[in-house]
Amino acid sequence: MSMQQHPWLLRVENLTKIYGEPGPDTLSKTGPSFESNICPDTDSIVACADVSFDLYPGEVLGIVGESGSGKSTVVKLLCFDMEPSVGNAWLRPYMDGAVDMLHVSGQQKRFIRHHLMGVVYQNPRDGLNFRFSSGGNIAEKLIMAGHMHVGRIRERASFLLEKTEVPIRRMDDLPASFSGGMQQRVQIAKAIANHPPLLFLDEVTTGLDVSVQAKVLDLIRELQQELGVAMIVVSHDLSVIRMLTDRTLVMKNGRVVESGLTDQILQDPQHPYTQLLVSSLL
Amino acid sequence: MTPYTKYQSRYNFAFIDESTKKEIRRKLLKAIAIPGYQVPYSSPEMPIARGWGTGGLHVTLSLIGKEDVLKVIDQGSDASVNACNLREFIQSMTQCQTTYDTVDATLIQSRHRITEEALREDQIFIFQVPQPEPLRSVERYEFKTRQMHGEADYAKMWVSLYESFVRHGDIMLGAGYPVKVNGRYIMAPSPIPRWDIPNLSQAKTLYLFGAGREKRLYAVPPFTTVEPLEFEDVKFNIEQFGDQRCYKTKYTRAFLDELYLDDGSRMHVVNDSNFLDKLEAGAEVNPFFNPYLAKIDL
Repeated sequence: MSMQQHPWLLRVENLTKIYGEPGPDTLSKTGPSFESNICPDTDSIVACADVSFDLYPGEVLGIVGESGSGKSTVVKLLCFDMEPSVGNAWLRPYMDGAVDMLHVSGQQKRFIRHHLMGVVYQNPRDGLNFRFSSGGNIAEKLIMAGHMHVGRIRERASFLLEKTEVPIRRMDDLPASFSGGMQQRVQIAKAIANHPPLLFLDEVTTGLDVSVQAKVLDLIRELQQELGVAMIVVSHDLSVIRMLTDRTLVMKNGRVVESGLTDQILQDPQHPYTQLLVSSLL
Repeated sequence: MTPYTKYQSRYNFAFIDESTKKEIRRKLLKAIAIPGYQVPYSSPEMPIARGWGTGGLHVTLSLIGKEDVLKVIDQGSDASVNACNLREFIQSMTQCQTTYDTVDATLIQSRHRITEEALREDQIFIFQVPQPEPLRSVERYEFKTRQMHGEADYAKMWVSLYESFVRHGDIMLGAGYPVKVNGRYIMAPSPIPRWDIPNLSQAKTLYLFGAGREKRLYAVPPFTTVEPLEFEDVKFNIEQFGDQRCYKTKYTRAFLDELYLDDGSRMHVVNDSNFLDKLEAGAEVNPFFNPYLAKIDL
């Protein structure tokens, strides 16, 4: 495949999530120009609307925006934690990108989620099962991908924990007994356990102290370079976006207001909201 | 003595009314059609509390006819309080014949054991099940476990086996070891010991499971494959009693009960009371072929 063809890995079109009953004008009466995502006619809430983008293999895409801008919603829709109201998405490794992954059976969605994606949540409790040991959590992902050999599962788990700098002798301990940064690293180890081509990172460093933040970001960047995995990084923190991503979408009130190369957006923001965001970065 | 009939005439044959029996039989047919799938059913009121064997009673009473020969066992014993009371109740409601002998019975209701003696095509084996949901230990919400069964999403169950192996060096599930039925549903085999699990697979008998409190019926039809969950390198095995043998009969190829004596010492005895009686009497016995037995002894 030549580079000119730009073989996308993930193509998203028109992704929309509305809570409540939308009216005919719900989409035209909400958004950044109205400074609101609540429809004045019906009180329905537009969490995100008309989000479209392509993600290329090995690329890191940032989604930045204030709380309530819909950035986490986009990720939750794409990793099947929530059902979209409208929208389509195609993932190249699934059926060669010919089938809309958002409209297949629950079983197929689970297959995609466990074989082709990894998700790291802000709160380790969402991504890890705290009743299982850290090794067990990694085993869960491997078992879901069809590995049924305890010896080999443990080998792979210790390799991953070593990679994410979690002491291997704590493999059989519960993640509840770990520090926040360590829990986050176990979550990352679980997410990359079976080489997914696509990784979602939802506010992974929020709530960690600064030195641990730096370590986790370093780890993510290393893994990205080593494994060449494509990532969607959601953050409200522009320095995280600047450090990790190649390209960025800026969201406000459920809409994408600006998109482009991360450097460009940070150097020369076009939309007033982005300008505000960048100027408040110190 | 005057026959005791005064109140019996006020009840329908086999206590439950005919339309409810029909409903239970219809649900049983569905359970047989989808091996290992838990079918919700009415679980009507019985003269004993739900959870004390009502599921088994419902199944037995909806199937039993006057010509049936009934055997009731409780943890292998025909003589325990639970077995005696259930047997007497069913007998008084149907006037059917009862027996201790596994070979003579046409209907066998059991709590937590399969008989040591092999069962036949013309027999139906009914389990009283306390907890029909094998995934309950890893997922407490019913709507989620149903979804997990629907999508055959059993990773959590497997992880709990992995965890058990990692913590204890073996899969520490004594009774109620989860099994996969017909390559599809994971099923709780009621808490029968691991010893009995191989006897569920490719058996000649129809196995029916009733959970009264949880209102679920399920089934393993004859000649259905039932596999205990095992990893490629961590295998299922049945209980091992080492060099222990039954103190009465010196028998080793049956599930043994451990008896503690007043002086603190221990002895072992064959758990299945009818099987023990036959061994003691020197009668002919025809036990199940248990492929795991060949692996452990001699």
